[in-house]
Amino acid sequence: MAILADQNTRVIIQGITGREAVTFTKDMVDYGTRVVGGVTPGKKGQQVHGIPVYDTVRQALKDHPAEASVISVPPALVKGAVLEALGNGIHLVVVVSERVPRKDTLAFLEAAREKDARVIGPNTLGLISPRILKLGMAGGPVEDVSKAYMPGPVGIASRSGGMTTEIANLLTTNGIGQSTCIGVGGDPVVGSNFLDLIPLFEKDPETKVAVLFCEPGGIIEEKLAERVMAEDIALPIIAFVAGRFVDDMPGVRFGHAATIVEGDRGTTRGKIAMFQKAGIRVAESFSDIVMITKEYL
Amino acid sequence: MRLLEYESKEILSKYQIPTPAATLISKGGPLDIKGPVMLKSQIPVGGRGKSGGILEASTNDDAKTHIEYLLSTPLKGYKATQILIEEKMQVKQEFFMAVTYDTVIKAPVAIFSREGGVDIETLAVREPGKVWQEPFSVRSKLPQYRAREIISETGVTGGHLLGLAAILSKLADIFLDYDATLAEINPLALIEDGRLVALDCHLEIDDDAAFRHKELVQLGEDQSRFEASRQVTEFERKAAEIDKIDHRGVAGRMIEFDGNMGLIIGGGGASLTAFDAVRAHGGAPANYCEIGGNPSVQKVAELTKLILSKPNVQKIAVIMNVVSNTRVDLVARGIIKGILEAGKKPSETVAVFRIPGAWEKEGFKILTQYGVTYCDRTVSIDAAARIAVENAN
Repeated sequence: MAILADQNTRVIIQGITGREAVTFTKDMVDYGTRVVGGVTPGKKGQQVHGIPVYDTVRQALKDHPAEASVISVPPALVKGAVLEALGNGIHLVVVVSERVPRKDTLAFLEAAREKDARVIGPNTLGLISPRILKLGMAGGPVEDVSKAYMPGPVGIASRSGGMTTEIANLLTTNGIGQSTCIGVGGDPVVGSNFLDLIPLFEKDPETKVAVLFCEPGGIIEEKLAERVMAEDIALPIIAFVAGRFVDDMPGVRFGHAATIVEGDRGTTRGKIAMFQKAGIRVAESFSDIVMITKEYL
Repeated sequence: MRLLEYESKEILSKYQIPTPAATLISKGGPLDIKGPVMLKSQIPVGGRGKSGGILEASTNDDAKTHIEYLLSTPLKGYKATQILIEEKMQVKQEFFMAVTYDTVIKAPVAIFSREGGVDIETLAVREPGKVWQEPFSVRSKLPQYRAREIISETGVTGGHLLGLAAILSKLADIFLDYDATLAEINPLALIEDGRLVALDCHLEIDDDAAFRHKELVQLGEDQSRFEASRQVTEFERKAAEIDKIDHRGVAGRMIEFDGNMGLIIGGGGASLTAFDAVRAHGGAPANYCEIGGNPSVQKVAELTKLILSKPNVQKIAVIMNVVSNTRVDLVARGIIKGILEAGKKPSETVAVFRIPGAWEKEGFKILTQYGVTYCDRTVSIDAAARIAVENAN
């Protein structure tokens, strides 16, 4: 089992003729993802690794129905691309593009909420459910993915794309497989953060434990700890918090308003303290993730 | 990017939000003070009032002395090149209003308090009921009736409710129109004659939206707006130059530290992890950096040479997460080239090389040729850091 998408999920790629998209389209197809079509306005009739290219999402879906879209277009075009996908009934959107203006992200997330659709990213490498599918660039070519990922009971959600693969690799080299591994995206506001994903892992019968990769800044870790304390989430959660040295550096200054919204939060010290209060296990060193995970399997 | 107070206020004026009568002067500018004025240092940082960046004057002589002081004294890491001279207002009451993003509920949020001023954060903690915040829609914005709903929750009624709501609604427009991540007026003052006037304003613009605001990009590139007294170090400046050698990959975010362990680490999350791990095992990093995106051999070589040019650095630890885009062999080549060009022996200089992933076989072959010990993917990032610290001692 996997969360978000499975072997039946049909996928289109918006911006399929772009340099990065051409590469990850091949990697996705090689890995077994059901990529059924691509969209680049004005390039109808071309093919990318055997995948037909259309001018619009509507045209693509008419010939090849799909449930999910991976979007890799220039930042200024991302909002339009997401709205186009949502407007045509796509209900899982993975936004690979980086440097998307925050206002645009908020606008398409608002539209996604209205349509009950899910967005991963922006600024994500994507997700992998080992030996089922991968969406986006995550893990790279199929031979690399096969070395780092294997199926199993651990769900991974990470604020760093590279560390998604690194955690999977750590587990795999220690004989522990993964259910679904998600890079949530590096932006301050993303479509699916830890708070959104933990309930999905909890509902998934195959996922026995979730591993989170956390970084300084933002308050999502603190909010997750509050949620765990309030709602009795049964799924064991293991967190690794990177960047502890950042606490000791002259930090980024917040404006008054940011301070009010986020309180005195955002430091790794504060996140770790909140996790411990909530009973979320914190891995002191990166390798400790293995030992702690084994306790729950 | 944070706009200066006067730049923010120019935008308020475009939206008909009243600000005090003001002039902006730089060093040696002519003065014509008639009555009490506030002299405000234009630096991109909060807490100016408390740290002496805002002074009062009533005569040309006073003003001249104060301005000379403000232009020559660094404050919170910045030195002003411009001073805003504003008419001093007779304030009856101060309010606070702001618009920012709530990253958890994923919506813009409008905030209002009846008690503005410098201690707004402590008020929010002490009496959260006095600071009211509500999310609103990016697409339908914050109409005045919504602004009234928010403001009236704090108990404000009477004639000023309409005026305050109009300003909060306009502030939300500015926030959205300018792609701000923060738009704050604090304090918004009710003055003796009954007018509402924005005494200070803070706008932060989303760097990722800069392409929609060319005039703000130009502003950001203008080095004459203020001086940053914490200059980047010579080492950091050289690293930034190396990153510009070509467009292949990133060798960036270099930060200099005092330690003796040179670090070539990447990408973002792995760099944070590796740096922590080196410290946890008792190592003292000489630098932080983030490489990734498949940097060229030359970039890595130059970076290696730069780090080795620090007099106390004898060893370099090379640690990245499992890579799929960056090529292990190219990084290995760069490291070896840099060490040789620095006149050192690769086998004695590399404390650890731990980059598994794309083209690792080729990379490991090169490292073996030069007698450099390396780790494969079965050695975790923190185990690699421990090995590096042990090898350095």
